Amino acid sequence: MAEAAPSRWRDATIRAITPATPRVKSFRFDALGAPHRAGQHVDVRLTAPDGYQAQRSYSIASAPGDPRGLELMIERLEGGEVSGFFDAIAEVGDTIEIRGPIGSFAWEAGDGGPVLLIGGGSGVVPLLAMVRERALRAPQVPMLLLYSVRTAAEAIARGELTARSRDETGFDLTLLLTREGPTTGRRIDRVMIDTAIECLGMPRHSFVCGSNAFVGTVADLLVDAGVRPATIRTERFGE
Amino acid sequence: MATRGFTGRPPAAEIRERLPPGQYLTDDFPVLQLGPTPRVSTDGWRFTLRHGSRPLVSWTWEEFQALPRTRWGGDIHCVTKWSKFDTAWEGVSIDDLLAAAGLDAPTGFVLAEGHDDYTTNVPVADLVGGKAMVATLYDGKPIEPEHGGPARLLVPHLYFWKSAKWVKGLRFTERDEAGFWELRGYHMYGDPWREQRFTDD
Repeated sequence: MAEAAPSRWRDATIRAITPATPRVKSFRFDALGAPHRAGQHVDVRLTAPDGYQAQRSYSIASAPGDPRGLELMIERLEGGEVSGFFDAIAEVGDTIEIRGPIGSFAWEAGDGGPVLLIGGGSGVVPLLAMVRERALRAPQVPMLLLYSVRTAAEAIARGELTARSRDETGFDLTLLLTREGPTTGRRIDRVMIDTAIECLGMPRHSFVCGSNAFVGTVADLLVDAGVRPATIRTERFGE
Repeated sequence: MATRGFTGRPPAAEIRERLPPGQYLTDDFPVLQLGPTPRVSTDGWRFTLRHGSRPLVSWTWEEFQALPRTRWGGDIHCVTKWSKFDTAWEGVSIDDLLAAAGLDAPTGFVLAEGHDDYTTNVPVADLVGGKAMVATLYDGKPIEPEHGGPARLLVPHLYFWKSAKWVKGLRFTERDEAGFWELRGYHMYGDPWREQRFTDD
């Protein structure tokens, strides 16, 4: 039952930076030095010349063992002290202190399914790691991602997720745009949850990630829909 | 070594001196929990002290409300790095619970137990002497379910995962037994001022 503590602080080098959406960039680091499970996060620490330090947690978007390295998706937040640094200053070749992996919000191939993933906004990032893990190591496991995001342009990895949903048997994507098109104003509701469960089967594992309000609402909806509370894992975002 | 190009925005000195290392100040009250908020009603609610598996004493919600009340105000620190200043809580101190039960703590360690089967370990020395309470009010109002209501442990000098939400009892243990997060790599004691986040910190 006991799990290892995360690695000590170590220097990781930024290998690539790619825009993911207008507000989110993908950062690829060389390996963490310890294997992670899909859904876990790392802590990042920045140090100013006077010794002042700021730490934040970021979910890992890459599947374990991705040869392209560890991927973090960092959203620029209004006035974000750390996210602002990553947006405006960080460059390929920079060294950043990282420790991890951390957390029990995690799924691995051996955990089986069906798996229901529900993400809001940048809360999709740890779920993306699970989608990638499934494709690599457990393509037989049924998985459905319900992704609520304001607009199509703001949907992280939209192209990848759409392609996987088209090409991978057993993986389905439901994208809900809350500020664009015919579903403007709609939020994830009981009907959508019931439809997802009908399509997927009663989930053996559910993972919900997003803002505090989003996660609270969705987790309650899942319980109302008959999903066993002990099988629901939640992770809440915010700087 | 400094991070290239990072200057940060250190908070003002009077805030900085109240922030443990690696923490930042928030005005929100973020929620950290493993799963859905359990639906804990005060009907049928009980708070039980146990020595190992043996129950020592148990209170219903109504009985619990009749115990002496304690207020505490101050700063709380979550291992996910937010700190919140000047929070105000009210409940029953562990000293008053033991006194009402006519008990001396039978061992030196406790596992706090939640209705969601969450557990976390705290030394008795960190619960008595006015250091901890079972809180039922936040800011003068019943604690919201997502913040641990109807009752949560409050051990504000340790990282906040030690302040078990939806607490249903304290189990006295002979040894310092790891709880839920402590089994998963988090620190056995969790002092924010020594930045004891993870096992080897």
